[in-house]
This record gives sequence, C-alpha cells and structure tokens, in this order.
Amino acid sequence: MKRLQITIIAMAVLIAGCKQSATPALQPAKYGAKIAEVGGSKQVAQVGSGLAQPVVVQVNGADGNPVVGALVAFHGEGVQFNPAQALTDASGQVTAAVQLGFNAGDYQIVAETPKSGGGSDSLTLHETALGYEQTLGQAVNAKYCIRCHDNESTPERVSNFDNLSPAPHLFTDGATLNRVSDADLTSLIAHGGAALGKSPQMPAYSSTLKPAEIKAVVAYMRTVADPPYQAPGVKYGK
Amino acid sequence: MSDEKNPVPLRSRPLLRELMIFGVVSFVLLISLAIAPSKNYFSDWRHHQNTFLKMASQRQNGTLVRSFQGGIHQTWIPKLGVVDRCETCHVNMTGALEGSYSQPYRKHPPIPHNLDEFGCTVCHRGQGVATSVEEAHYASESWEQPLLPARYLESGCGQCHLGEMEGTPRLKEGRQLLANMGCVHCHNVTQPDGNILKPTDDPPPLTRIAEKTTREWVYAWIKNPQAYAAQATMPNFGLSDQDAADVSAFLISQSNPSTTSAAKTSMPADKADASGVDKKATEAATLYGASFCSSCHAVQNAAGNLVGGTVGPELTRVGTKVNPAWLQRWLSNPPEYDPVTRMPHYRFDGKQLALLQGFLLAKKDDDFLPKAPLPAASGESIARGKKLVTEDGCAACHQINGVKAPQNFAPSLARVGSRALAQVVFAPGMKHTLPDYLAGKIRDPRSFGPGLKMPKFTLTDQQMDSLTTALLAQSDRAAGMPQEMIISAARTTDYHAGGDAGRLMEDLKCLSCHTINGNGGDMAPELTREGSSVQRAWLEEFLKNPNTLRPALIRRMPKFNLTPAETKILSDYILGAYQAPGFDSATLDQSKLNADAASRGKQLFYSKYGCQSCHIADYKNDKGYVGPALTSVGRRLTPVWTYKWLKDPATLRPGTLMPNFGLKDDEARDLTAFLMTLKAAQGGGK
Repeated sequence: MKRLQITIIAMAVLIAGCKQSATPALQPAKYGAKIAEVGGSKQVAQVGSGLAQPVVVQVNGADGNPVVGALVAFHGEGVQFNPAQALTDASGQVTAAVQLGFNAGDYQIVAETPKSGGGSDSLTLHETALGYEQTLGQAVNAKYCIRCHDNESTPERVSNFDNLSPAPHLFTDGATLNRVSDADLTSLIAHGGAALGKSPQMPAYSSTLKPAEIKAVVAYMRTVADPPYQAPGVKYGK
Repeated sequence: MSDEKNPVPLRSRPLLRELMIFGVVSFVLLISLAIAPSKNYFSDWRHHQNTFLKMASQRQNGTLVRSFQGGIHQTWIPKLGVVDRCETCHVNMTGALEGSYSQPYRKHPPIPHNLDEFGCTVCHRGQGVATSVEEAHYASESWEQPLLPARYLESGCGQCHLGEMEGTPRLKEGRQLLANMGCVHCHNVTQPDGNILKPTDDPPPLTRIAEKTTREWVYAWIKNPQAYAAQATMPNFGLSDQDAADVSAFLISQSNPSTTSAAKTSMPADKADASGVDKKATEAATLYGASFCSSCHAVQNAAGNLVGGTVGPELTRVGTKVNPAWLQRWLSNPPEYDPVTRMPHYRFDGKQLALLQGFLLAKKDDDFLPKAPLPAASGESIARGKKLVTEDGCAACHQINGVKAPQNFAPSLARVGSRALAQVVFAPGMKHTLPDYLAGKIRDPRSFGPGLKMPKFTLTDQQMDSLTTALLAQSDRAAGMPQEMIISAARTTDYHAGGDAGRLMEDLKCLSCHTINGNGGDMAPELTREGSSVQRAWLEEFLKNPNTLRPALIRRMPKFNLTPAETKILSDYILGAYQAPGFDSATLDQSKLNADAASRGKQLFYSKYGCQSCHIADYKNDKGYVGPALTSVGRRLTPVWTYKWLKDPATLRPGTLMPNFGLKDDEARDLTAFLMTLKAAQGGGK
C-alpha cells in the first residue's frame, strides 16, 4: 500500500514537473491588423543551412502605424525559426533567424499575427534551398554566367548585362525560361546562341564545362526561377 | 526407489487443474513464439514497403510492382565497411516511382556518385544495419553517430576529396578557415593522405614590436582585437585588465632594442601651412588609390562598411597604432622589418613617403587606447606577462624573444570527426552529439569549463557551420578509406625564382598576387607561361607603367617605380624562364596572317562568335567588360600564344573565364590575324 502511495506521489511530481518545463505560450500585449514584410524573402541557401539574412516582418495597426507588442508566429514545413514566435519590438517588427530543411527546392514561410476581433492576418514568403546539384550550378553560375546574366554589379564584378543587345535573360526570369525545356537549355549552353539561331553573344560551353556542370546550371536556373518552375508531366505527390 | 513396492497408480486422465496449467503454459509459449514473427510482420519497414507498393500500383502500370522484391534491402561494400539497410524503407532512392513524395519515398537528389558504390552512411552517418526508424536515425547508448544534420553534409565529401571542389562551398570555406584563422598553428590537422594543413595567415613577429607600436596599443589590442580591426583573425583571449597590462609589459620588454626609433623624424605633414593641407590630403588619397593599397588593406568608409582586401591588416585606425618613424621605414622597405611579409617594396620617393605617412597617421581613433595610464612595467609584471604569454601559447603563432614555440600545444584534430562521446565534456544545456559539440566549441570555447585555453574567435554563423563541416570530415572512416579512393589536394610548391631576378621578385613580392609554378596568390593572373605570351616591348612598358587591361576591374597592378635596370632584369627573366613548351614557329605559319585572313577574322570576331560581347576591340563600338580590352593586343601578345589561346584557353591558364569555342584551325588563324592588327597606343581611346 505504502509503495503505491509513493508511486502515486512520484507520478504526480513527475507530471507537475513536465507541465512546468513546457514553454508558456506568448500572450500578445496588443493586436495589429496587417502583417507586412520588411526583408528576408527570396533568399537562396544550401539545404539545412541558415539564411544569410534574417526574416523581418512588421505588424501594422488599422491606422497603418506599427504596433508594439503584437504576437507574430512563424510556420513553414521543415523550416526552423529562432524565435518561432515573438512579440513585436519598439518599431513594431519581429526578426527571426531561419534554417531551411533537408530537401532542395522552394520553401514557404508563413508569418501570422492574431487580430483583435479574432482571426489572424498572415504573410507568405518564399525561400530557396539548394541541393548538391544546384549548389554546383550556383558555383558555375557565379564563375561563368553571372557576368552577363545578372544585371547587378559588385565592386569585384561589374555586370556586362547592359552592354549586350539583345539583353541576356536573368536566371530568375521564370516567365521566359520556364517555357524552355531542359533539353533546349542544355543545348543552348553547350552549343551557344548562334548554333540555335539565337544571339551569337552566348558562347558555346561544351568544350569548357562538363555535361554534369551544364546539367547543374540548368538545375540551378530551375530552382531560382520566379515564378517557380514546374517540371512537365503528370504530377504525383503524397 | 523406496516406492517401488507401492507405485502410485497411473492415472488415466490429468486433473482439471493440471490441464489448466498446461493450457496456460502452452498459450504463453505460443504467444512468445509469435512475438518474433509478428514484430517482423508489423515492422516499420514492412509498413513502408506496403505503402510504397500501394502507391505504385495506383500510379503506374504493374511493372514496378511486379518487379519489386520485398524484404530487407542491403548494400554491402566490404572495402568501405558499409552494411546499409536504409533502402529497405527508402525504397524509391532511384526514383523508379515518379513524382515528389515525402520521406521515406523521396528520390535521392542527383549527386556525382552511384549510390550502390558508396552506400548511405558514408556521407549521412546513422546506423546502417538498423531496420527501425529509431535505431537507424538517432543515437543510442550503443550507437554514437546519429544521422548528420543537412548543413554538415559536405563533410561526407571531404572524407575522400581532400582538396578544393566546386559544389561544396561549406567544406571549402571550412578548410580555408582552418588554415587562415590560425587553427592549425596550435592544432594538428593531418588529412588521410598524410598532408598536414598549413597555416596561410601571416602572424607578425613580435621580436621588434617596440619599434612599431606602443604598450598602450598592445594592451588595447590584446584585450579586444576586433575593436581595432573588425576582421582581425587574432582571437579574443578574454584577458583581464591586469593580464593585458602584464602581457603588454612583457611584449614590449622582450622586443629587440630599437635601431632607429631614437632618431625620430618630425612629421612633414605637421609643418604644412593651412592652405596646403587640403591639397596634400587629396594628393595623398590619390597616391593611396594609385598604389592600390586597397587591394590588400581595408578601410572603414563613412557608412561603416569595410572597403578593401583582407590580405593585409585593416587600416581604419592605423594612426593610433604605429610609431611614425617605424611607419616611414616600413613604407620605404617592408621586407627589411619582416622578411616574409606579403607587402611589396614600393620604391616611393621622399615626397611620396611623407604623403602616405601623413595620410595613414591621420587615421586615428584615440577611443581605442586605454583611458587611464597603464601601471608602470615592473619586473614582477613582466615576469607574470611572460608566464601568461607562455601559457596562452602566443608563441604558437608569433615569434617572441625568449619564448619557444610550443609543440603539440592543442589536441590533434586529425580524427576529431569521429571522437568518441565518452571522451567529450559537454557544456551544460547542449545536445549530446558530436556536431553540436564541435559547433559549440568553435562558438564559445571557454563555456566548456574553467581554465580552458582556447580563445574565442570572431566568426559568423555560416563560418562556424563551415568549420564544423571541415572538422567532421576528419573522421575514422576517412582515415580508413582505401588509398585509391582518396583524392589529394593539389600540392602547392615552394617555388621561388633564382638569381638577381629572383631577389628582385622577392623584394616586390610578386608571389603575393601572382602564382608561378604552383606557388603564389590568386589576386592576379598566373605567370607560369607569361614569357610565351607577351612581347618584350609591351612587357617592359607595362612593368614601367602598369596601365590596366581590364577597365572594369578595381584591382590593378600597382606602380612600383622600377629603375630601367630592374625592368630589364625582370623582363629578361620572364621572357626567358616562363616559357611554355610547344611554342615554336611550326605551330603557326605566320605568313598566312595576311590582310585577307584579318578581314575574315573580323567577320568571325563580330558575327559568328560575338567576341565584342566580352572584349573591346574598338572603343567606339564595343562595350564588352568581361575580358581584357583588345585594342592594343597586337602589341601585347605573341601571334603563337594568341592562336593557341583561342584554340584552348584553359590549358594555357587553368581556371580562365574564356570559354573554349572549339575553333577550327583556320578560324583560330584568321582571328589571330585580325587581333594582330589591333595596335592602338596603350591605354588610348578611353
């Protein structure tokens, strides 16, 4: 009998202990009406790694002014946030570090804030994770392609984009590039523009890049395409 | 035996009670016999295989289902010690069933290796032989290596690939950091092929430090190096005020007696009258820019961003640090103070020296220095400082008088990627896995307990991930890899040119930027075959006055103010020693480089190959910014080099951006003929 009592007490203590350790849910001090992005979307990082820049969102009230102390919660399949939920700071913003998941591709991040009358306002951001092949493609892009196919310059690398006519396609230009098949892109890179009746400004890379590298560049272009690329064929999923 | 005479009569039937016991025992026996088969029957993997078959039968014709073999799927690779049963559940690794699925049915993303040749655990870790989700993925008391988090996955590649590889940026950065942050000064990192990682940083010798700076600066620097230079690789040792005072006292006291600081030169800038100050400042800034100091040194701009290279130290607060007389001597001849410095010996004249000295000394930040005067350097303080310097291992990186460089100062990291967790002391509150331990140790080494010596390095989160990745590659598995699978790093050489030219190149530190015969930096073009490439007149002119070939590039060869004799020594040597094989007249019939060929070449240049999209042949029409300008290429390059270069650039200069266009012989010849007609005056037209 005594043993039973001890067991019960022990169990009670254990359960109480467990309850204590659970993190208490944050309670919003105020409610906003609208959640807006300040920065951090459309970043590219390798699978499983953190984004270079944190995601920053701002909660505004009905009057359009930032709200201090509103609750913001982040969700995203396979994505880790630090913090996953927080109250907005003095400027009405929440900053969260983001670590992408194990799989390459597009990740959706939803930032949500409860509204005063119930319900909530949410905002969806997109981030891109690169697998091995896309990472290789990114490296090849950074060495060979980016000088013409990127219109932004850095101190180390002045963009050649504006010097070319017709202008090269940005790799993020999904509206155009998504309509070109993998096979066509591959032969364009391998044999150059002139061989396919396009601009001769695009050199042939078949003697410079390995087939795997060309495939990797195509994979990279598909990953960063905006709007996102959908592979042709019937789509299954679970 | 005694009952022989009165045997118990045999009963015809058992008692009910006996029957019940027998029944219960039989039932228990049956149940217990059924445990093993039913555990097998209701196992995770059978469930996953059945689900997979159900999906496959719904979505494809029956071929996949019919050819599917149920049961444990095992990859056995004896030479790698791999026994992996992962594909028992991860049945769709090859993507036989098309579509995107969540795990365990996801197709393996494309990698350069065949999965059957390497198995899974070589890269992913985890327990390969296990057939339950729990055992395969997570650590237990009998299995210390759980599945590796995705952000460290490149460590798998690094077990065989010991050198640089495209497509694994984390591993590459991690290894560079090991060499460049000073890790390998104290830790031994021996790779599986026996190659020991060598430091690539350049900690200055402290044997003459009193000439260079003051005790106050040393005090402030060792207390917080990053407050002086944000990107300083010197770690923070967490010294107390007393410690820093003692160490600075010792470092100044051990310094060789200064030879010149007694003869303090007065600063010319001080004497300048007010009207000349502005003009002088502009002139000095121009000289700083024209000498391309910022290719190696960074300075914080008004917006607080660092602008410039990381080869040399940041100069934002250099005026607070250096002794004016030392600075003047240093600028006039750096190797005289530090023979192995990467800073070239510019031949500045007196006026230039004064300008630069004034310019640099004006970069002051007196907030950096201690507010209160330091306690005087007593003998006791110096002795305590020496003890601290010895204990903290300062001499592992810096040359210090009276303190020997310690041997095996820190634990070897050759096998750190497989360190047994039993040997590891975790910091409180951290996850008990090896990657978390390594990452934590890099993030905050002193949090693991009192009395630990490893200092705190200033790294970004990504750099910490990279370092952890590089360390995880130093695993037992890597050490036990069959030697034929190991791909060693490209070995660097210790090539140095000989003779007069060699001494001159040593003085100008050519190898700080240029690589020659496998030794040198990567800031400027490789020069191993430069002698075959350029014409003498151009080379001499260029050495005298290096104008740029690439208008868009911010880094350029600085002007060293060479004498005509020095120019001749260098040109002779470059043209004589740095020749490529097979550059004789038989390669190209130069008589065919006529006007006809040139006009055909012009066609090819502008129409077929669109060369003007990257190069400028004519400043009026062309705008290409990627490659060098070709307006005077006919005076710069030799015809044979041009011809061979057009045919296959990467063999002449590995890693060049110029694609191989697969030109036919006559096309390359015609293009060469055209290019040789481009002989505009150098630097003209722009």
